[in-house]
Amino acid sequence: MEALKTFKKGGVHPPENKLSAGAPIRVLPLPDQVYIPISQHLGAPAEAKVDKGDVVKTGQLIASLHGFVSANIHSSVSGKVQKIDLVPDSSGYKRTTIIIKAEGDEWMNGIDRSPEINPVITASPEEIRKKIMENGIVGLGGATFPSHVKLSLPRGKKVDTLIINGVECEPYLTADHRLMLEKGPEIVVGIKLLMKVLGVSRGMIGIEHNKPDAIEQFNQILEGEPDISVHALKVKYPQGGEKQLIKALINREVPARGLPIDVGAIVHNVGTTFAVYEAIQKNKPLIERVVTVTGYNLQNPSNYLVRIGTPVSKLVEAVGGLPEDTGKIISGGPMMGKALSNTDVPVVKGTTGILIIPENQSRRKNIHPCIRCAKCISVCPQGLEPYLLMAMTQKEMLENLEMNNIMDCIECGSCSYICPSNRPLLDYIRLGKTTVGKMISTRKN
Amino acid sequence: MSAVILYTIISLSAVGAVAAVILYIVAQRFRVFEDPRIDMVEDVLPAANCGGCGYPGCRNFAEALVGADSLEGYFCPVGGNETMEKVASVLGKDPVTADPLVAVVLCSGSFEHRPRTNFYDGAVSCSIASALYTGDTDCPYGCLSLGECVEACDYDAMYMDTDTGLPVVIDDNCIACGACVEACPRDIIELRKKARKDRKIYVSCINQEKGGVARKYCEVACIGCKKCFKVCPYDAIVMESNLAYIDSEKCKLCRKCVPECPTNAILEINFPPRKTNVEQSGKTDENEEMADGSAGAKDMLKK
Repeated sequence: MEALKTFKKGGVHPPENKLSAGAPIRVLPLPDQVYIPISQHLGAPAEAKVDKGDVVKTGQLIASLHGFVSANIHSSVSGKVQKIDLVPDSSGYKRTTIIIKAEGDEWMNGIDRSPEINPVITASPEEIRKKIMENGIVGLGGATFPSHVKLSLPRGKKVDTLIINGVECEPYLTADHRLMLEKGPEIVVGIKLLMKVLGVSRGMIGIEHNKPDAIEQFNQILEGEPDISVHALKVKYPQGGEKQLIKALINREVPARGLPIDVGAIVHNVGTTFAVYEAIQKNKPLIERVVTVTGYNLQNPSNYLVRIGTPVSKLVEAVGGLPEDTGKIISGGPMMGKALSNTDVPVVKGTTGILIIPENQSRRKNIHPCIRCAKCISVCPQGLEPYLLMAMTQKEMLENLEMNNIMDCIECGSCSYICPSNRPLLDYIRLGKTTVGKMISTRKN
Repeated sequence: MSAVILYTIISLSAVGAVAAVILYIVAQRFRVFEDPRIDMVEDVLPAANCGGCGYPGCRNFAEALVGADSLEGYFCPVGGNETMEKVASVLGKDPVTADPLVAVVLCSGSFEHRPRTNFYDGAVSCSIASALYTGDTDCPYGCLSLGECVEACDYDAMYMDTDTGLPVVIDDNCIACGACVEACPRDIIELRKKARKDRKIYVSCINQEKGGVARKYCEVACIGCKKCFKVCPYDAIVMESNLAYIDSEKCKLCRKCVPECPTNAILEINFPPRKTNVEQSGKTDENEEMADGSAGAKDMLKK
């Protein structure tokens, strides 16, 4: 057997804790009310197209994209628009949100809800791209970058490989794993659609070795498909970062301040690929996603198919309510996720999981001085020097931060994870990154 | 042996003489004229290099002052009017006086008044906490209690009150350089006109939510009820986005607005205790504690 592939630089091995890997995806009952923020993606917020009192159907466009880097938003239930109001998001700050009271579940005409797989691709690349844009598809791995932007190649750039990200390197999360097991054939059709848009002849699926069933499944489905291959990868965090995955699979290094496209590759998540399949073959907009609800003190960690806008509290109810010794509720995984300030916040397109952490694990440890062990440097998958970036941020040395490539940080948190002095490296680097980002954009204008 | 020493001295002197001539010519040829007044102005500046004037340091400020046509718009907050008068006399320009300012913290959301709903144990930095969450409380406008302003202060004019979780400005030390104003990611700190005996009346809240919501976050939030706005005889109160703001330029410190406020969001500081309606609001008691005791006592003695 050939050696398992992985990326070279850095990386850490947090405990995998994939508690819900064996739990099939269940459909969460419809909520009475959904809260749909108009900004669930990277880029400009969408523009609300409905008003208070409007009756909407499931899948109806309720907010349309504003500018190119933006995404459409559709109603995830049928019912009446209660109001458009400012509602606290996961950080506690208020964002414009469309609140819809659900009445029944009446879908828009033209959406194919039958479970049959439709493998016949008739749409032209232009049509596929247009439909992806219309149906509001964004990157479902968590970064929520509008997919149509990623699929529109800048002039002069050539792509030869499409990489499908089935790595799911975040501990605890199993949403992508379950989706690969249960919707494998659909994902393969999605890959073919994406390959058609990009005009590439090589498709690769990267899956970490801790999901042998998913690898096996794709090997079976892909028999007689020479263009698409599935690759087992060594388990290492953050292999799901697109730059790391490109390095692992095709051994190309994305240059500093560069994008995957600079090395001729495009990476899409399996969740996104499935959404693309549904958008084109089933005409279904992105109104639901798979969310892992997990944690050690939960009786049955599960994976749910959830309508966008469902309050997190409904998910918590579904797994039997909040355990008594809950310390923190995290949206996303333990490495990159964000703690929630309350459970009324809605599930959005980028919600990969809800992780419930017991009190005794939820506190940060005491911060000690840096002992110059350089562990943060050796684990940084981007080859940066986290301790230096932190110090420079504290001293507001913005030009130096830029020269030290702070903008290349992928915010994976490996440095904070490994630091024996528990220093809040990523917190400061993130602060420095936003400040430097602002400086760069002012310079451009 | 002596010949060697002699030759050495002669040759080195010759090299020295040639070098001196070259250096002199170069110095004459490339001489940079610098206005001698820059040094004179720099001498009268306080040499604090705090950046409160808007320039990187006193030298740069001195250069700007010498190059300026009038002193309008230039002010050294550390030296104040006295220093600016000296600068004016050095430069032979008309002195410009500015009202002395003082930093004021516009938040009263202490532990007691503002319920803590979350627990933040990330990096101790207001900017980081503010970028992540609303903080320990639900109020997205209020003080985060992590003390970035205190750290920014070069004059020991601020400290964090551990009982309330709010920064306190020591008026006598504050030179209004604005470092804390810059440091606060929530723009809670404002530079206000200094009044006699450091007296102050201000709305200690910047929450722009509607009344009910603001009140839910914090007991002492401004709820935008406009009561103070209606009672003010000097039009010093501005209402904007559910929030009252007292303009320190227009305010005559008459204190009429203070008892009107239903949430005690308006603070009066360093005033003598009120003679009447002490029992009525119970507010005066509170302010007495906050007020500088000595100032109040002196006033009482005069009367």
